[in-house]
Amino acid sequence: MKSYPITLKAFGEKAILIEWPTMVEEGILFDIIRFKSVLETELDDYYELIPAYNSITIITNTDKANLKRLKESLQDLYENKRTLVKAKRTLWKLPVCYDSEFGIDLDEVASSLKISNSELIAKHSSNEYTVYGIGFLPGFMYLGGLPTNMETSRRETPRLKVAKGAVGLAGKQTGIYPQESPGGWNIIGNCPIPIFNTKATDPCFVNVGDKIKFESISRAEYELHKIEGEVGIYKPEKISLDA
Amino acid sequence: MLKVLKSGFYTTIQDNGRFGFRNKGVPISGAMDIVSVSRLNTLLENDKNAAVLEITMTGPTLLFENNTYIALAGAWLSPTLNNEPIDNYKVYKVAKGDILSYGRLEKGFRSYLAVKDGFNSPSVLGSHSQYFPLTETKCISDFDELDFNECDFFKPKISELKMDTYLDFNVLEVHKGPEFEMLNDNQLRKLFSEDFTVSKENNRMAYQLKETIKGHSYSLLTSATQPGTVQLTPAGKLIVLMKDGQTTGGYPRILQLTNEAINVLAQKKEGDKLTLKLV
Repeated sequence: MKSYPITLKAFGEKAILIEWPTMVEEGILFDIIRFKSVLETELDDYYELIPAYNSITIITNTDKANLKRLKESLQDLYENKRTLVKAKRTLWKLPVCYDSEFGIDLDEVASSLKISNSELIAKHSSNEYTVYGIGFLPGFMYLGGLPTNMETSRRETPRLKVAKGAVGLAGKQTGIYPQESPGGWNIIGNCPIPIFNTKATDPCFVNVGDKIKFESISRAEYELHKIEGEVGIYKPEKISLDA
Repeated sequence: MLKVLKSGFYTTIQDNGRFGFRNKGVPISGAMDIVSVSRLNTLLENDKNAAVLEITMTGPTLLFENNTYIALAGAWLSPTLNNEPIDNYKVYKVAKGDILSYGRLEKGFRSYLAVKDGFNSPSVLGSHSQYFPLTETKCISDFDELDFNECDFFKPKISELKMDTYLDFNVLEVHKGPEFEMLNDNQLRKLFSEDFTVSKENNRMAYQLKETIKGHSYSLLTSATQPGTVQLTPAGKLIVLMKDGQTTGGYPRILQLTNEAINVLAQKKEGDKLTLKLV
């Protein structure tokens, strides 16, 4: 198994930051996920682990934790325990309706990319995207893996209101707005199922390291999944991936 | 019940915060000045995590519809109980029909009101702290009714605490942040020798400082942030994240406030002056 040089930094009184080389790379992300599952078994509930792109931040919520001792043990844990675990990852298939009612910027994006609307939809929904981070808003996924020929610039003036579930494109990124919020991304569709649900034990079923595939659905399917999502019976299709 | 006759400028229900979901992008929320709240809950012999009211700048007018015991802490907003002035850090018995109201803001920015055993607002993901849209509302509104358990008799072990002076502190103690090393001599000199002013962009998510330092073109892959993280924007603006602040960010994290400094900053308002001191 490939090993990366990791750096450990104190981050205030309550946190330790572990950094991998500064690169957006699946190999690094999977190494992070593997090490995160080591830390999950080694550490108790006083700690939260926040993985993203090339880092894991360990944050404690109590004064009981001995961060100094933990920091000293991390390098050894990384070198010796990581090889023993598998990083459990999931590919999620999320329905997206690209109907023009939701895809309010579809025409503009397609014409700027010099392709037809249906080609744009086909490209967007045929690709698999990797979840490099969750942040900014509860349940907001930072997705990597957008083909370079689908890069667009942000809207010049951000909208004050982007709908919950809106699927957008901006720069090298694509993603879903988990709640209504202001935003500057180009909106090409809407995902009817809630990405963030406060009533679930795990409010967001997606984890950093997972993959996302969008599946184009009709307007009628959208309405059905929306109701299924609201009453909590929609289960997104998932495929286990081991790394 | 506590009936809200007037809600004040920005009044929210807060406890210690919502932990365990930062990996899903959920800010911890919780009281901005956690020291005030833990003292109140100690005075009233409440659960450590009991929910209190966080009152910002302008106080509410509140009608008690049941008997209980209360205590106040934090900013000084000239509070009165049935028009009689009352003090911070002291337990008061209140009866059905009593009215708590507030006057001029004299010191600090956030005041806290605790009732015996705390408010019974709904708990979302393990916390009572209001954070929209996780909780249905973002703050208290006029005519809201807040539930608490009636208490007819309570004999506090300590009935009064001495007021302390952190409301007057204007030095924020900081640790080096993860990207501290990117700072050059010019930026360092400015950070640690000049005064900074709280800008009008200050709320539970973040405090922006008015003065800028030299900008940068350092690029960072999105990574975790915490309350107290000081971000430096490419234009040289300093943003201090607070309790409702986002859990990840892409700006360099040059400094990290000490736990105490977060409480100190929570009591600052637009125009207040601060200096930064490395510990």
